[in-house]
Amino acid sequence: MFEVISNDILAPNLHRMVIRAPRIAPVRRPGQFVIVRVGRGDERIPLTIGDADPAVGTITLFIQAIGASTRKIVAIPAGGSILDVAGPLGKPTHLANWKRVACIGGGVGTAVLFPLVKALAATESQITTIIGGRSSQYVILADELAALSETLLITTEDGSLGRKGFVTAELSELIADPLRTPDAVFAIGPVPMMRAIAELTRPHGIETIVSLNPIMIDGTGMCGGCRVVVDGESKFACVDGPEFDGHLVDFAGLSDRLTTYRDQEAALCHAANECKLTTGVAHV
Amino acid sequence: MCNNLTAKERLAIDRVHMPELDAELRSRNFEEVNQGLAREEAVREAQRCIQCKTRPCVEGCPVGVSIPEFIDALAAEKLPKAARILQGDNALPAVCGRVCPQESQCEARCVRGVKGEAVAIGYLERFVADWAMTNADKLRSEPLPTGTGKKVAVVGCGPAGLTAAGELARKGHTVTIFEALHDTGGVLRYGIPEFRLPKEIIDVEVDRLLALGVEIECNVIIGKTMTLDQLREQFDAVFIANGAGLPVMLNMPGENLKGVYSANEFLTRVNLMEAGCNPNSPTPIIKGNSVAVIGGGNTAMDCVRTARRLGAERAMIIYRRSEAEMPARIEEIRHAKEEGVEFVMLTAPLEIIGDDKGWTAALSCEKMELGQSDESGRRKPVPVANSRYEVPVDVVVNAIGTRSNPLLTATAPDLALNKWGNIVSDEQGATSIPGVFAGGDIVRGGATVILAMGDGKQAAAAIHGFLSGAA
Repeated sequence: MFEVISNDILAPNLHRMVIRAPRIAPVRRPGQFVIVRVGRGDERIPLTIGDADPAVGTITLFIQAIGASTRKIVAIPAGGSILDVAGPLGKPTHLANWKRVACIGGGVGTAVLFPLVKALAATESQITTIIGGRSSQYVILADELAALSETLLITTEDGSLGRKGFVTAELSELIADPLRTPDAVFAIGPVPMMRAIAELTRPHGIETIVSLNPIMIDGTGMCGGCRVVVDGESKFACVDGPEFDGHLVDFAGLSDRLTTYRDQEAALCHAANECKLTTGVAHV
Repeated sequence: MCNNLTAKERLAIDRVHMPELDAELRSRNFEEVNQGLAREEAVREAQRCIQCKTRPCVEGCPVGVSIPEFIDALAAEKLPKAARILQGDNALPAVCGRVCPQESQCEARCVRGVKGEAVAIGYLERFVADWAMTNADKLRSEPLPTGTGKKVAVVGCGPAGLTAAGELARKGHTVTIFEALHDTGGVLRYGIPEFRLPKEIIDVEVDRLLALGVEIECNVIIGKTMTLDQLREQFDAVFIANGAGLPVMLNMPGENLKGVYSANEFLTRVNLMEAGCNPNSPTPIIKGNSVAVIGGGNTAMDCVRTARRLGAERAMIIYRRSEAEMPARIEEIRHAKEEGVEFVMLTAPLEIIGDDKGWTAALSCEKMELGQSDESGRRKPVPVANSRYEVPVDVVVNAIGTRSNPLLTATAPDLALNKWGNIVSDEQGATSIPGVFAGGDIVRGGATVILAMGDGKQAAAAIHGFLSGAA
């Protein structure tokens, strides 16, 4: 059993949970994830490890409650426990000493971006972080990211915080300014956002790394369910990823596979009458 | 009943038939197909054994069960004795009695099979093991051995790992099994469906190990959560039995369409996560009305029979050779046929065709014929010209095999591997690293439960020798 140390609400349906996982905390690296299962008979849910404290043996998870299983996870209060937490899984982020790097997080993807920015902050890179959300209440971790970044830019679709519009607008401006053009871009968020960013950087040949969130079962390569076509080859996001070269990812194929269980999950949520959202997966 | 029968009387007994659920009914539920023998049937079948001196059946058994001895005790209705003999030789007898390919192992060597039908050794093994489960109170609990103070780590809680753990614990070593998934049993639980091996059988067998003091820690992925080096520091010996955990892909167009599964994913969703068989399971699965399973092994049979039970009207095995070459157990093939599975032989898949929404719509195949024998000794299938055709399907399951999972080996550079990424070990299971042993599918590639158990047993003996300073 894995004890829940704290459970805070960061944004609507988005929780930050600190969990005691003494084997995982000291060995996890940025970019890696865990598989979580609340209790017997529940689903296995992949969740990126947002942070860790090796000294006390805890990991931090950011969880967007969008389906029956993720709602069950975030409903566990501090002092409660989770039956299964397995990891760390996936390849750690490849970190280089880029001169200038842009880190872009969309919505809950910002939480996945956080450990990456934290790791980059320990390198020589100058970090520009761009985070976006539907409105101000969906913009998360702004203070934490500002403290780690050279510059923090915020966009919201309704203009309630930062610049009105999408993260891509800020990135376009960065690229257009020769003094600020990044050598590398990390983009983590909804598939359409990552796809748009990859298309934006492609003509400039800027290295672009995305973190993918396909449907996943075991997380160890056993089932092959998380396969994604990268550079014309099937890759397993759990063992070969979850980070890939955004210029080589077949985003259309990824989007399509993500809809596999949409109808079944919508029916499940509908039956339970508890879901506002019926698309997307839980991987944050 | 008495066991002092003459040879003639024994030879006059006909082989027992295993009672089975009605095929039409069972093809729509997950209840166990084979119902087990009644006590009278089992005892009478045991009396068919002529107790020959040569004991060829034992040589046919990868774990070397004392077959004539346990059958003799059963024939004399000394059930506690039969159970003790069986459990002493085999850590998972109730599993083996259900899933072993007896027809090509113990029963293939049975002297009675020369001129007639072999003794139904598998059925008898299952009967005794099941009797022992429900009559645990009539069995003296195993005395715990004196502790040796030596610690052994076992990687993987499947058949090889469970067997090695049992053997080592009985020798007095402290054993910890590390399992990557959230539950025990490995392929026994995620790979073999309930209708062939009920989950409670695995639970009981695992509980027997726990009673011996074996510790099992789930959710620990060696190579990720801990490295092999860490295990070597913390334990006196390591046994690696983490299985063959990566699906071999079909590498054909359409493989990433919605509705295309690897056998591992399809079976894991149903067996481990109860999709489709437990109405309360939150795990989704695409059930399919017309399902094509590609492959001819036991895993393919498990997938296709599972597809029928999930509601497929049409469930097909697509296999590129003929039925004679299929590696699946004869009983599984027969059961599948009885349950309405279509066997599409001498047919190779070429492409999976999708609809405009990215869902699987059809399988494009071509007919094959058998040509010259290849290096495996089997006649090689060659395409028949202009024989391409399409079968409408909405689910395709790829059951053509697995390869070695790299998570552990990628983080253990000193461990010698072969060109397929399998760990190289000698006959005793010793690897290139002293004190590190390996067995099961990670060494063999995809094989059978009983071969993995044989590896576990052999490695346990070698580890015991190593720990005792004899190696």
